[in-house]
Amino acid sequence: MFLKNRALEPELGALTAAMLGVLTDRGPDSAGFAIYGAGEPGAVKLTLRGDVDFAELGAVLEVAATVHDDHAVIVVPRAREAAVRGLIAAKYPGVAIVASGARMELFKGVGLPDDVSRRFGLAGMSGSHAIGHTRMATESAVTTAGAHPFSTGPDQCLVHNGSLSNHNDVRRRLMRENISFETQNDTEVAAGFLSWKLRSERLDEALTSALGELDGFYTFVVGTESGFGVLRDPVACKPAVMAETDDYVAFGSEYRALVDLPGISKAHLFEPEPAKVYFWERPARERAA
Amino acid sequence: MSVALKLPPRDGVTFDLATDSLRSLNSTLAALAPETNQTAWQILNPRGQHAVAVGVTVPVAITIAGHVGYYCAGMNDGAAITIAGNAGPGVAENMMSGTVHVKGDASQAAGATAHGGMLIIDGNASARCGISMKGIDIIVQGSVGHMSAFMAQSGNLVILGDAGEALGDSLYEARIFVRGKVASLGADCEEKPMNEADRTILAALLDKAGIVADAGAFKLFGSARTLYHFHVDNAGAY
Repeated sequence: MFLKNRALEPELGALTAAMLGVLTDRGPDSAGFAIYGAGEPGAVKLTLRGDVDFAELGAVLEVAATVHDDHAVIVVPRAREAAVRGLIAAKYPGVAIVASGARMELFKGVGLPDDVSRRFGLAGMSGSHAIGHTRMATESAVTTAGAHPFSTGPDQCLVHNGSLSNHNDVRRRLMRENISFETQNDTEVAAGFLSWKLRSERLDEALTSALGELDGFYTFVVGTESGFGVLRDPVACKPAVMAETDDYVAFGSEYRALVDLPGISKAHLFEPEPAKVYFWERPARERAA
Repeated sequence: MSVALKLPPRDGVTFDLATDSLRSLNSTLAALAPETNQTAWQILNPRGQHAVAVGVTVPVAITIAGHVGYYCAGMNDGAAITIAGNAGPGVAENMMSGTVHVKGDASQAAGATAHGGMLIIDGNASARCGISMKGIDIIVQGSVGHMSAFMAQSGNLVILGDAGEALGDSLYEARIFVRGKVASLGADCEEKPMNEADRTILAALLDKAGIVADAGAFKLFGSARTLYHFHVDNAGAY
């Protein structure tokens, strides 16, 4: 869900939560979402996950911590990011840093989508865009780490419907490029591939590269700090429906996910074409600080 | 047109999926006797639900007011079903007879495996339109996606717009009429000379669908029939 109209930003979380709930029957085992809210100049947000007292962690690290169930978001001055990451690794071995970025926060867990949304308080969150996913696992275990979205770069996330056949080969290549992976999941490899490409390419260029190098079937939705992109493989087995109005661009695996969005009856409804890169970005001057 | 036809349909029934379940709709339609007087149905608030009005076996008219999800009007046998919106994957799949009219766009595999009847799509159809069709007539006023009429066995696929890649791949004896551009032909599909009999068939299909178009503006594609039989020169490939 990508908002063009900033007046809708306070409703972003509620709109996204409703979309996820509708698609429970497509993916009931786990769910997750990334949401791009406000950032603080000169600071980076780290989303942490683990079974610890995050308030105590925040006090020890001298950072502000906002707790969401077994996740917490800490806001760290850029100058201290490396030091804080080092302290977390040293003092809190059970805590994973699941995402980082100027604006992105990322939450995921095992369970029904509505329960996952409720645990993290998605309905109350605001922001410019959000990407959610409900998972029915096929290729790897049902775990929190295996839920989507995957993030392998700052403010970058990816969700995937489908499966990749050359992920082991691509993972080995990416590891030589210093992209690190936490799971054996194929989708994480797609995220890593795009993070690698985004080091030197724009989002549309990176997605075009993915067409040539990722083998398998997929519909990807990718989030960046400024926008989001959609890519379907050339055979397009996996469904996708989009709705665009003056106020937003919304993506769903099927129309049911979009049916309660505001102004949907007047939206331009379309299926993204196979092997065609779509992306929407907010102009730099309009991006939230 | 007589005055009587303009009157509201006798014994018209409205079914609201916002308040009544899909299962009760489909079981109500399934329980209709062939001689039912409830011949006009209006279905409200489909909201993208799957399998709306599937398996109808009586000649009633059903209008669905909105977008539907997967497999709408599947297995239709005799009903005239109109979707006043877009249809999800597999609309009218395995239809036996009757008509299905999509006023908007249709997703993938429209009319898949259908044995008979007519499917009319006013907008575009996505990939694999008419895959494995077995006798249905499909009229698409817009364009179709890739791999349309894949392994199509019989019937007619009429495309007023363009066709995507690999049209008619592994085609049997279905006819494909295209007025616009064809991105590429699939294996064993070729353009055929269009004779008077073909033009008569096409004109009758357009007329039945209520579409005014010049049958002479279409090209005909069919099977080259080179994949029908095992060819001994290919033995090494197996």
